Amino acid sequence: MPANAFNGHTDYGIGIGLRVPHYSHILERKPDVAWFEIISENFMVGGGRPLEVLDQILEQYRVVQHGVSMYFGSADKPDRTHLKKLKALVKRTKTPWLSDHLCWGSTDGRYTHDLLPMPYTFAAAKKTAEKIRMVRDFLEVPICVENVSSYAEFHASEMTEWEFLTEVTERADCGILLDVNNIYVSSKNHSFDPYDYINGVPAHRVGQMHIAGHTKFEKYILDTHDHPVLDPVWKLYTHATKRCGVTATLLEWDDRIPSFDEVHNEALKANAFIAEAKEAAK
Amino acid sequence: MKAAARADSPRALLAFQRTLQRAITQPLGPGDRTRRTTAALAKEFIRPNDRLTALERIEIYNRMYWFRLIDCFYDDNPGLRAALGERKFERLMRAYLAKNPSRSFTLRNLCDRLERFIRAEPRWTAPRTALAADIAAFEWAQTCAFDEAAKPALTAADFAGTPPSRLKLALQPHITLLALRYPVDDYVIAVKKRDALRAEASNATGQAKTAKAVKKVSVPRAARTHLAVHRADNRLFYKRLDPAPFRILGALRDGAPLTRAVAAGGRSVKPEQVQAWFALWTELGWLCRRAT
Ligand SMILES: [Fe+2]
Repeated sequence: MPANAFNGHTDYGIGIGLRVPHYSHILERKPDVAWFEIISENFMVGGGRPLEVLDQILEQYRVVQHGVSMYFGSADKPDRTHLKKLKALVKRTKTPWLSDHLCWGSTDGRYTHDLLPMPYTFAAAKKTAEKIRMVRDFLEVPICVENVSSYAEFHASEMTEWEFLTEVTERADCGILLDVNNIYVSSKNHSFDPYDYINGVPAHRVGQMHIAGHTKFEKYILDTHDHPVLDPVWKLYTHATKRCGVTATLLEWDDRIPSFDEVHNEALKANAFIAEAKEAAK
Repeated sequence: MKAAARADSPRALLAFQRTLQRAITQPLGPGDRTRRTTAALAKEFIRPNDRLTALERIEIYNRMYWFRLIDCFYDDNPGLRAALGERKFERLMRAYLAKNPSRSFTLRNLCDRLERFIRAEPRWTAPRTALAADIAAFEWAQTCAFDEAAKPALTAADFAGTPPSRLKLALQPHITLLALRYPVDDYVIAVKKRDALRAEASNATGQAKTAKAVKKVSVPRAARTHLAVHRADNRLFYKRLDPAPFRILGALRDGAPLTRAVAAGGRSVKPEQVQAWFALWTELGWLCRRAT
């Protein structure tokens, strides 16, 4: 949705991820970018260059925090020290909303550093929603949870992934960061219709979207974030925009990162698809 | 289906995740028996599809888990890799990671226990255990120097305005003091330079052979080295120290009051030396107030 409670009533437009190889370009050339998404964990440090760069970026740009280690779906309790560090960063960036994934990735304090898919059970949805509420109450910032791409499905699942996403976000009363590329990747890996997914999520909860590139292997597709966005993903993005409205959108490019301009231009292609979605909605 | 595989209660969910995490983090290329156990477990938890068996699906995650850790371990330890050679380095890595899975939300901390592990299990690095432990300590110190906190530095005015007995001093968190048996600072710098040249040569010619022709860096001979690894203007520095000032800094780091820290320098230390050292450390911004 354009501006809603889940993105702090903002209307940020099209942004890109803040990545180390682009630091000097951004600081020297000050390109016109609507907003940057940062990986929270990269800045949850004591000091040094990461925080100095961040402060310089914050002087000139709008920044939104995206996390990779909250593990809303892990059965463990959230780590207090981790939450405190994250809250300090939230105060520093004044992020209007914060996102992390609907997944698990640690048990008993041991981390896989992966975004592992959930078993789509009612018990897991309830537990995950409780954790999201707890984190939001502590951090005092709206939260959007992101759907991950996955390579496995579980016998335990009692519903589809989009029903699970709906169940969790309704229970937690939180937002959705709809990753259109992840939907596409998983739809190929698990043979479902990605349009059913998009039609099945509560559109009014979508506070942000992700687009990205992926890599096809013989028997599965991997979410690699090292390519331009592929055509079927743009098509899906257009459909998602039709359904949810024009939403803050971010291009993820994390590996084999090309020049700043190349990444930014790829992101700005979204404008054409937004126009197409608007036209179709008339 | 067992309760764990159903994940239909908070307890079952925890059991579900514990079991799967064990499978995902299992060493790569296990023996037949482990593979059979994992296959049975995969079948119980995971649905196959028309292209992949349940085991193959879990193996995707298993491979990604190890590649992520291995990448990080290589990135963090170029000096150690050069000193041990490829085969030994890899064996050490596998042994270390099997016993020390990540316990932090960030991979930055993956190698924080490496030096201790090398000393505790010398068989992986023998006969170069002492050298390997020194390098591991030095490479970890660089991570700390890069992004640990820098607190407000004490200035000459702070010293002038407070009686010495009331000064509660500490070292900046980004500084690591290392008492080494080998001068690994020069060695690791030389290795990094060589690696950069190799990458450049191989990029320029597209030939790995040319890259290999870049000069070898020989491992250092033993020589006691006292080092402070630190950061200034967001760049890393390695400062060699004499033993006496090194001991004083060590005492300050450990929370000793000023007089006791100075005494740690030894009897031969002269007051004017102490004054000069403190003046230098103040100029470098190394001293800060101890949290009370
Ligand atoms: Fe994403």
